[in-house]
Amino acid sequence: MQLSERHQEYWRKNLRLTAVLLAIWFVVTFVVIYFAPQLNEIVIMGFPFAFYMGAQGSLIIYVLIIWFYAHRMNQLDKEYDVHEGEE
Amino acid sequence: MTAQTQSQFFQQLKKYYTFYTGGFIAFVIVLAILEQMGLPPKWIGYIFLGATISLYAGIGIMSKTADVSEYYVAGRRVPAVFNGMATGADWMSAASFIGMAGTLYLAGYDGLAFVLGWTGGYVLVALFLAPYLRKFGQFTIPDFLGSRYNGNLPRTIGVIAAIICSFTYVVAQIYGVGIITARLTGIEFQYGVFLGLAGILVCSFLGGMRAVTWTQVAQYIILIIAYMIPVVWLSVTHTGNPVPQIAYGQVLQEVTQLENEFNNAETTKGAAEVSARAAFKAQQESFEARIAALDAAVAAGNGAAFLEAQRTEAGSPADFPATTDDLKASWKKSADGAKGKAGPVSAHATAFAGKGAETKARANPNATEADIAAAQAEDQEASDIKRRNFIALVLCLMVGTASLPHILMRYYTTPSVREARKSVFWSLFFIFLLYFTAPALAVLVKFEVYSNLVGSSFAALPAWVANWSAVDATLMKIVDINLDGIVQLAEITIGGDLIVLATPEIAGLPYVISGMVAAGGLAAALSTADGLLLTIANALSHDVYYKMIDPKASTVRRLAISKGLLVVVALFAAYTASLKPGDILFLVGAAFSLAASAFFPALVLGVFWKRANYLGAVVGMLAGLGVCMYYMVITYPFFGGVATNQWFDIAPIAAGVFGMPVGFIGVIVGSLISRAPSLEIQQLVDHVRYPSLAGDIDTRAA
Repeated sequence: MQLSERHQEYWRKNLRLTAVLLAIWFVVTFVVIYFAPQLNEIVIMGFPFAFYMGAQGSLIIYVLIIWFYAHRMNQLDKEYDVHEGEE
Repeated sequence: MTAQTQSQFFQQLKKYYTFYTGGFIAFVIVLAILEQMGLPPKWIGYIFLGATISLYAGIGIMSKTADVSEYYVAGRRVPAVFNGMATGADWMSAASFIGMAGTLYLAGYDGLAFVLGWTGGYVLVALFLAPYLRKFGQFTIPDFLGSRYNGNLPRTIGVIAAIICSFTYVVAQIYGVGIITARLTGIEFQYGVFLGLAGILVCSFLGGMRAVTWTQVAQYIILIIAYMIPVVWLSVTHTGNPVPQIAYGQVLQEVTQLENEFNNAETTKGAAEVSARAAFKAQQESFEARIAALDAAVAAGNGAAFLEAQRTEAGSPADFPATTDDLKASWKKSADGAKGKAGPVSAHATAFAGKGAETKARANPNATEADIAAAQAEDQEASDIKRRNFIALVLCLMVGTASLPHILMRYYTTPSVREARKSVFWSLFFIFLLYFTAPALAVLVKFEVYSNLVGSSFAALPAWVANWSAVDATLMKIVDINLDGIVQLAEITIGGDLIVLATPEIAGLPYVISGMVAAGGLAAALSTADGLLLTIANALSHDVYYKMIDPKASTVRRLAISKGLLVVVALFAAYTASLKPGDILFLVGAAFSLAASAFFPALVLGVFWKRANYLGAVVGMLAGLGVCMYYMVITYPFFGGVATNQWFDIAPIAAGVFGMPVGFIGVIVGSLISRAPSLEIQQLVDHVRYPSLAGDIDTRAA
């Protein structure tokens, strides 16, 4: 079976979305950890910033990343007509 | 249920589980009333244990099946939300439920590696694996390796790696079941193990994945209610705010203030701490002197006589160490314990604290500028090593999460790729509820200990302290070492597991809530054990027996073999757990590194790189697994390794940080030096990449 130009565009868009979300994941995880001692100097509502990110902030962002990915990809499936039939 | 549509099915499930949740709450309320009327705690424990295990068994019996697709993947019609809850229960083990908050209490920021690692991994599951595996649509993870890399060798390596990771993990869960049953009812640990095992088996034996799925949803509901109620209550009593995740910021500041006070010798509390620490320092030195004397005696050939003299001096107790080595180990432990108490309090929110060399140098009036600079450098280096290990551990836990077969397998059970994507979101959401509460719980309990327990009089200790130190001295121990009659922080020893177990009492809740928390821990351990046992039994029956030994086997025979293996594996795991293996926590951590090194490169490149082929997968998986195991063997004492063999000072638990890159390089190099995969394989890759493709091949398993 031959993939059409549309199909390849769908896959490229998927890769781009995956790369962007992975970059966000990397920043809120590893960059924040690396600079944790410095970021902890910033205190918001009683929480040192790096501590807050490790305990809660990054977790919230992970949930949002996955939500956005599911939402956007399910949309892309329809746009590029590669979605599954309704049951 | 034959002609039922997916949405009717969903509505029905919603009704069942709403009814079930209401029933559970009513059950707890009835027990609470009975408690007020004088039902003894022991009976509450029995009732909780009996009721929840028969409930799980009941769901198992109701879901029994003889259909292959129902047995292996729950008929592939589990809606995203329910699959999310089942994954949550499957994922959160006894360690998450009982141990996590305790780790955070003891380690502060440095314990957050587990919180981050065990949640962030789902981002990788969502982006790289779940939708593609769902489209592939067979039964096990080795199935994917076998088809994508076109051979039995990649499948076999997959089976072996799956069994290594899952077995160590399941032993730890069954161990947890034993501990909790023993605590809840007072029966022996060994019986507790086999009782819990019966609950696990009735469920998965009859209905496979289908029964496990619906039981896990029920277990998730119990475990999340049990975790939340005490924390919310504690938060209300301490801060007046029922949302502990927000309220604890303010409490954290107060904790930090108290930490500073304890470390400042000019305050009253600080001075008292100094005196308690000095007493521990003296104790440490006395043990060190004894160890030196012991070493000298052994060197002079008088070890046996020395041991005998010590035994007599101690009044010849029955548990006195039998050899000089044991005696030395026991003294070393006491010396280290005292040493841990002799230093200042570490700050909860501080990341990667150094070892305090600078403070020590500054306290010495004779220290020169150069001494202080050297101490600063020493601190900096200790802090850098901690940071490196933290990052390595987070990475291993995340990638390991995205590689553990019992989790990935759950995404085969959704009705479609679209639902699989949503299901990862729900999975992490339900896991997140518990994980983002644990740091709040740790801080709230810490505040309770720092503000109320410290400074209280030994004559009038809070009830929960007295209760728990009587039950188990490893969880709560308190000694008046400087004999001032007042509790100092240095005089309190708390075991991590205490935090969750004692929270209901600290919050002043009735015993029925303590029973519920234990039932929640039991649900967490049982649900994880269910998923793991099924993974192992399926790898053996489906991948080894059906795919490699007898591909013509009838359905009846396949299921019979699968169920038989399930019992054998379960009994073997329970037997291993009943021996109480000592290094169980390390082995669980090691499972993540092993899974990350063995599976992740081959799985991800299998989807994202068409050129990856048979040789690449074989080389990559073997090299990744090999490097990871080699590193553990040379650095972990259990295998005879020593810490000086470490590379970049990375602890053996994070060995995957070396295994993973080697795995990726292995897949890439192995693939490039051999021929590109066949056209059919390339079509398979396209097939998994697109949820639906006109004129496509079909890989779904019957």
